Amino acid sequence: MEIKKPAVAGTMESSDCMVTVEPGNGSIEFTLDSTVAHQFGNQIRKVTMETLERLDIDNVKISIVDKGALDCTVKARIEGAVYRSVDQYDNLPWGGAIK
Amino acid sequence: MINEQKKKRLRRSMMFLNGQKPSLIKDPYIYKADSLMFDLEDAVAATAKDTARFSLYHALTTIDYRGSEKVCRINGLDTDLWKEDIRCVVAADIEVIRIPKCENAEMVRQVEAEVLKAEKEFGKEEGQTLLMAALESAKGVLNAYEVCTASPRMIGIALSGGDYTKDLQTTITGTGVELMGARQHMIIAARAAGVQCFDTIWSNLDDMEGFRKDVETIKKMGFDGKSCINPRQIDIVHDIYTPTQKDIIFAEKVIKEIDDKKAKGIGVFTVDGKMIDIAFYDGAKRTIMLAKASGVYKGDL
Repeated sequence: MEIKKPAVAGTMESSDCMVTVEPGNGSIEFTLDSTVAHQFGNQIRKVTMETLERLDIDNVKISIVDKGALDCTVKARIEGAVYRSVDQYDNLPWGGAIK
Repeated sequence: MINEQKKKRLRRSMMFLNGQKPSLIKDPYIYKADSLMFDLEDAVAATAKDTARFSLYHALTTIDYRGSEKVCRINGLDTDLWKEDIRCVVAADIEVIRIPKCENAEMVRQVEAEVLKAEKEFGKEEGQTLLMAALESAKGVLNAYEVCTASPRMIGIALSGGDYTKDLQTTITGTGVELMGARQHMIIAARAAGVQCFDTIWSNLDDMEGFRKDVETIKKMGFDGKSCINPRQIDIVHDIYTPTQKDIIFAEKVIKEIDDKKAKGIGVFTVDGKMIDIAFYDGAKRTIMLAKASGVYKGDL
């Protein structure tokens, strides 16, 4: 998938995270701001990279502000932002690229 | 294949959860509600309808809700959202889909057709997704029986008091007088159709005594359970739906005596001075089932 335009998903509430995606400069640029970065930073990075790979994205600027989100929430917010960036709201690949 | 056992499971409490909020959907099983209803409809802001689905999909496929039944309220059939809602939650093995603002059998059948399509698309067992309908208008309440019988997937109907009283041109008063007709009609329709019946929410969290009385009333009327919006309400509902030791002992006697007398060719007899015949059998069985579910049954039935 190709990121078409900047898009945001998620909130700054506890247990959530806010993900912003923008068209990249040829690679994945990842920035993280997390209250639990020292403990879970690597895990959030891992989940992010796996999710982007499933979505077949290798060219994106992605930034995450984390408020203690579970892995499943991080995934959901990344997908939320990515599908917003391409304006796709129907016929989503549940169980396929979204897994 | 529709699982008849699952259709009839215990549903004393159905806890409403906003599907938009990760903090609410990550661990609600700790409250031990019989059913958890994840909302994609009114609780979710118009700007978060798309992202709530991703959250719900991953929560449903990742989190172990420890025996609480998973229900999802999809968006109304007058929106362009409900079909994708169905694809999302069927793919995530939701157990029950709740149809909002249901007014007739045709609406149930429209949802049923989309659910079947999704079950086929995602390789799910046909019939694994059950349905229930919320009646939120005078028309919906009047058509309760045709809604209940519209599909073999239907587990029951629920009253949505807020919208219904608006349609009646009155308000929720806390006395229940404005809901009397709908409640009576719905429980009769549900029983005639052999499905369950659930009552509306109680929104005044400062009046827990009023809530208790409300739940006592609907239990006496025959309702299977109550919709809850706050964890504090769940224990009260379960407490009211838990049979007393006196009820349990009596139910045990009734079941044992009916089994015994049937073998001896006796139809009607007395237990503790009360006339008993076969008509009491199912009620006694239900008391024991409720006692078991509530963890207060120590007997051998």
